[in-house]
Amino acid sequence: MGLFVAQLLTGLANAAALFLVASGLSLIFGVTRIVNFAHGSLYMLGAYFGVTLMHMLPGVFGFWGSILLSGLIVGLIGIVIEICVLRPVYRAPELFQLVATFGVILVIQDLTLMIWGAEDQLGPRAPGLKSVVRILGEPVPQYDLALIAITPVILLGLWWLIAKTRVGILVRAATQDREMVGALGVNQSWLFTGVFFLGSMLAGLGGAIQLPKGGADLLMDLNIIAAVFVVVVIGGMGSIPGAFVAAVLISVLNVFGVSYLPQSTLVLMYVVMAVVLLVRPYGLFGREEKAGEHGQVGEPERPIRPAGMRGRMLVAALLAALALVPLFGGNFTQVLITDILIFCLFAASLQFMLSTGGLVSFGHAAYFGGGAYAAALLVTYAGSPMELAFLFAPLAAGLLAIIFGWFCIRLSGVYFAMLTLAFSQLVWSLVFQWYDVTGGDDGLVNIWPAEWLSGTTAFYYFTLIVGVGGIILLRHLTHAPLGYTLRATRDSARQAEATGINVKRVQWVAFATAGAMAGLAGGLFVFSKGSIFPNELEIGKSFDALIVVFLGGVKTLSGGVVGAAFMESAKDWLTRLEYWRLVLGLVIIGVVIIAPDGIVGTLRKVSERVGLRRSEEFMK
Amino acid sequence: MKHLKTLVAAATALLTVAGSAHAADPIKIGEINHYKRLAAFAEPYKKGIELALGEINGAGGVLGRPLEFIFRDDNGKPGDAVKIAEELMTRDGAVMLTGTILSNVGLAISSLAGEKGYIYLAAEPLADAIVWESGNAYTFRLRTSTYVQAAMLAEEAAKTDAIRYATIAPNYAYGTAAVAAFKENLKKLKPEVEFVTEQWPALFKIDAGAEVQAIEAAKPDAIYNVTFGTDLQKFVREGNTRGLFDGRKVYGLLTGEPEYLDPLGDEAPEGWFVTGYPWYGFTEGPSKAFVDAYIAAYPDETPKIGSLVGYMTVQSIAAALEKAGSTDTKALLAAFKDLKVDTPMGEITYRGLDHQSTMGAYVGTTAVKDGKGVMVDWEYKNPVPYMPSDEEIKKMRPAE
Amino acid sequence: MTAVLKVENLVKTFGGVKAVAGVSFEVAPGELKALIGPNGAGKSTCFNMLMGQLKPTSGKVYLNGENITGRPPRDIWRRGVGRTFQITGTYQSMTVAENVQMALMSHHRKLFAVRPYAYKLYRDEALALLDVVGMADQADRACAILAYGDLKRLELAIALANEPTLLLMDEPTAGMAPRERINLMQLTADIVRDRGVSVLFTEHDMDVVFAHAHHIMVLNRGELIADGTASEVRNNPQVQEVYLGGGTLYEQETADA
Repeated sequence: MGLFVAQLLTGLANAAALFLVASGLSLIFGVTRIVNFAHGSLYMLGAYFGVTLMHMLPGVFGFWGSILLSGLIVGLIGIVIEICVLRPVYRAPELFQLVATFGVILVIQDLTLMIWGAEDQLGPRAPGLKSVVRILGEPVPQYDLALIAITPVILLGLWWLIAKTRVGILVRAATQDREMVGALGVNQSWLFTGVFFLGSMLAGLGGAIQLPKGGADLLMDLNIIAAVFVVVVIGGMGSIPGAFVAAVLISVLNVFGVSYLPQSTLVLMYVVMAVVLLVRPYGLFGREEKAGEHGQVGEPERPIRPAGMRGRMLVAALLAALALVPLFGGNFTQVLITDILIFCLFAASLQFMLSTGGLVSFGHAAYFGGGAYAAALLVTYAGSPMELAFLFAPLAAGLLAIIFGWFCIRLSGVYFAMLTLAFSQLVWSLVFQWYDVTGGDDGLVNIWPAEWLSGTTAFYYFTLIVGVGGIILLRHLTHAPLGYTLRATRDSARQAEATGINVKRVQWVAFATAGAMAGLAGGLFVFSKGSIFPNELEIGKSFDALIVVFLGGVKTLSGGVVGAAFMESAKDWLTRLEYWRLVLGLVIIGVVIIAPDGIVGTLRKVSERVGLRRSEEFMK
Repeated sequence: MKHLKTLVAAATALLTVAGSAHAADPIKIGEINHYKRLAAFAEPYKKGIELALGEINGAGGVLGRPLEFIFRDDNGKPGDAVKIAEELMTRDGAVMLTGTILSNVGLAISSLAGEKGYIYLAAEPLADAIVWESGNAYTFRLRTSTYVQAAMLAEEAAKTDAIRYATIAPNYAYGTAAVAAFKENLKKLKPEVEFVTEQWPALFKIDAGAEVQAIEAAKPDAIYNVTFGTDLQKFVREGNTRGLFDGRKVYGLLTGEPEYLDPLGDEAPEGWFVTGYPWYGFTEGPSKAFVDAYIAAYPDETPKIGSLVGYMTVQSIAAALEKAGSTDTKALLAAFKDLKVDTPMGEITYRGLDHQSTMGAYVGTTAVKDGKGVMVDWEYKNPVPYMPSDEEIKKMRPAE
Repeated sequence: MTAVLKVENLVKTFGGVKAVAGVSFEVAPGELKALIGPNGAGKSTCFNMLMGQLKPTSGKVYLNGENITGRPPRDIWRRGVGRTFQITGTYQSMTVAENVQMALMSHHRKLFAVRPYAYKLYRDEALALLDVVGMADQADRACAILAYGDLKRLELAIALANEPTLLLMDEPTAGMAPRERINLMQLTADIVRDRGVSVLFTEHDMDVVFAHAHHIMVLNRGELIADGTASEVRNNPQVQEVYLGGGTLYEQETADA
């Protein structure tokens, strides 16, 4: 009994930081609809500022003062980010801002390294709260009790702010209906800035308040972000009490998981998330999203046509140039282009469901990595020839997508995205954990192509044919009735249903198609690298694809491919620099601000404006 | 396949010929690491490399040519590392590859090395698979194997009367292997021990309070710790606060390495038996000389185990080049077999059997001195007696 | 002759509130029938149940003698019912013609085809339908830049794509200028005459209703209070009470939202 109570208290104490960070993210999302990937970075900054301040300000007041100050400083940094990076892109397509926040992550990572150095910083302990209290005979740290006491106070404070003040009324109004706020005559951009300040401050507070239980290190930004998303989703996007309940739920569950299912710690959280989303699609306290809010912000997409003669000639010329690369370019040029082509196919597969179908997946890596692992497992355990294993990759990934898709298409918008994320994390943790079969973190190695493809040039041509073939196939599908049907479901699901279209079935087919094509890219990947590791299933991989689709232009057909080529080249070039993350982050932010319609979308607009290209006739 | 290797060899030979035309052209080594992702570990490593390069090139270089490392960041991603490895070998004119801390990146490069016939000296990866289960003809490893370090701790543990053991290790391949090796060796030495609980926190995401409670609830006599970095910090703090370590012996793999002990400051655990790097305890010989040289070169720094590994990496490569007498892959490959290298740790050998170096480990007990964690009563242990038998290793290594 | 549409005792309750409280009526072949009533009377709820967007609490809906109660909209559409919405729901990213082609692809069950180019499929048929509603000259414009009245006409063309026997039109002239309203209703009347389609529509504009509808039904507080010709309805005392004397006109619209 004593142990049970002690475990419960540990869980409650752990919930504190998680709740603070999650409530900030939830608040920001609720009002601005921005999925702020950089929220973990703000949490990390809070921790670093906290450590520094605590060393400067001694005593009890110094300690608690430092926490408040850290929150304030991070809140101000949030304002800077909002004004400089996000405000210029509010009119861009929905979710486009997440690309900008990704740039912010990179910038903050390098700046933190520059300022505080590489070594982990141990958090100072809270003065006067260094020892334990015996509760039912079990030792419970005093600071844990302090956290358990503080969290509800903050929750109440936030509740008061939102329920009882004018600001809160605006925030609530904005969460439910953004147009309303504009109609009320409120300056929306200052409301956004204010909310960003508050949300960032909460993240900073979270980072500082956890110091006595840990410290500040350079990996904490990405380490917390997945858990924070889980909490926000389980609680319901935009709901503060939801974030609280979910933070407690996840933390307590983790504590009991540690005791009773020690190897389950990776997967537990995502199982809970998937179950909650399936039972309550909008989280515990969330509301149904307003229909049509997703993917339809900004100017509507234009009608599409297959490339004309000029476009085809251009593509043919490009392909001819690529085919000639082995004659002129060196070995490495082929390796690099192979990498780029594989990533382009991966991005194109995501773009098919994301742009054409309006289905935003946060877990597309599951199919890329899934395909790669399927092929690698076949080679490793069945000794299957490469050709067979390669064909198996898209099949297995497609099958996986059919299974997961069946669940995911029941939801829509950001909840759909979150369920895809949960499933991809399930796959990741399975691969990571099932050491005997998958090799866990040590992966599967020596998965090389068959003799006839083993040379760099041979594999280059193979990738060129399969990769470009896949991209062209996806593009053709977009122009075929299937693609049109998919666009119809995205443009107006109601109209589609009312004209005989089974919207869910179409989305399911698109999901499976995109999954299979991602698996094809995964198959190319594993044989080009000779090995596969769980990294290729990580959240980061999914976001890589997401980011290039937006960067290239979500309301275009070639955005994903162009974005992928741009990103891979930029990375290859920039990683040679000392502070490459800073530079890459700034480049991404720059592109986002200069080209809010994505690279392709903006190029199209600019060339129309300067008269290089006529605006299509159907826009007259 | 064969064609390719001959081709690569021929190309390398051509490069060498072209190189020897200008005697002062540097010999380039491709160094791939996670300089940003794991800056805390990669920076001291890089400094160790630069120190050794300075010394070697100051003394006239290798084969009459300066030695140059091309440092490239893979961001901790195996796929990127493979691409960079190709670039280093085929465009930048590197004669061989080295680097990596993360095991998975090391394994990825090793796989590529085996396929394409590039020589790869895995400097720091902890996974033993790199030389054993997934070993290949072109891959060598410097850092002391995890199996050996765990066996050293098990030997010490067997001397006590502790029967009930708890283990805590990060939930990934390295942690799993480190626990398995400890259990295997301890059971061999003392069959009556039992493992009452095994804790597997996610790497760098430990829930320390819960872990400490779970271990406490199992009432072990002793604890085997494999956590490191921030996980270790949190574990130690919660354990200290809640009295987990009172009256219990703790065996800590790598815990004594400055990378992990230094950030703990005066909260460093006392009385743990650990493997590590007690640079502050050296008084003479090459180990002391290295420490002095390092501090002279970097006055604001103290050496880490990474610094030593970086330094020894360069020494190993220089020795191999000298022995080979050329930068030709075949000659280098032959040179690495049973290569003997004088290092700050004494002479080490790259065993022909499994390409693992005989770099050993320092074991000792932790203490806090002047507000800092240190190792006391330490000694250097030769790894060879702790290795699996030659037959076992042969069975593990894939046929070539 | 069987009715195209037969509704029996249709009921819909929202958390205890009866939005539609037992409505029964029929629509005969070739009939242009209006359903009117003050705000909140339950017109849209009724419509949504006919088309499958809402499941009735109780009651039955028959289409050409077949029970279609509670079937999803796409099934009902496949059985020959076209629909237009109060707020148009066209495909913004397609051209005018493609919007109609989309419905034709659905009608010809080509939705999952992967080979042909969609923009070439059934284009002639689409142009013919657009010609019916007078939109042929705008066939290749992006739907997103159409004027509102044109969107309404486009929706009508789409609704005709599956050769329906029944058209359900929810406030077809809402938001249009008076001149446009007359044109659209004239167009609808022509379609009823030329194609033998039955039409059931709701409408706010009484001029439109009384000028064109063959029969008119009046719904009030979820109940049908009148069903007859224009003059019958006009002279119905209950209707006069509702429209002239009653205070129900501006009641809050709960079910129709």
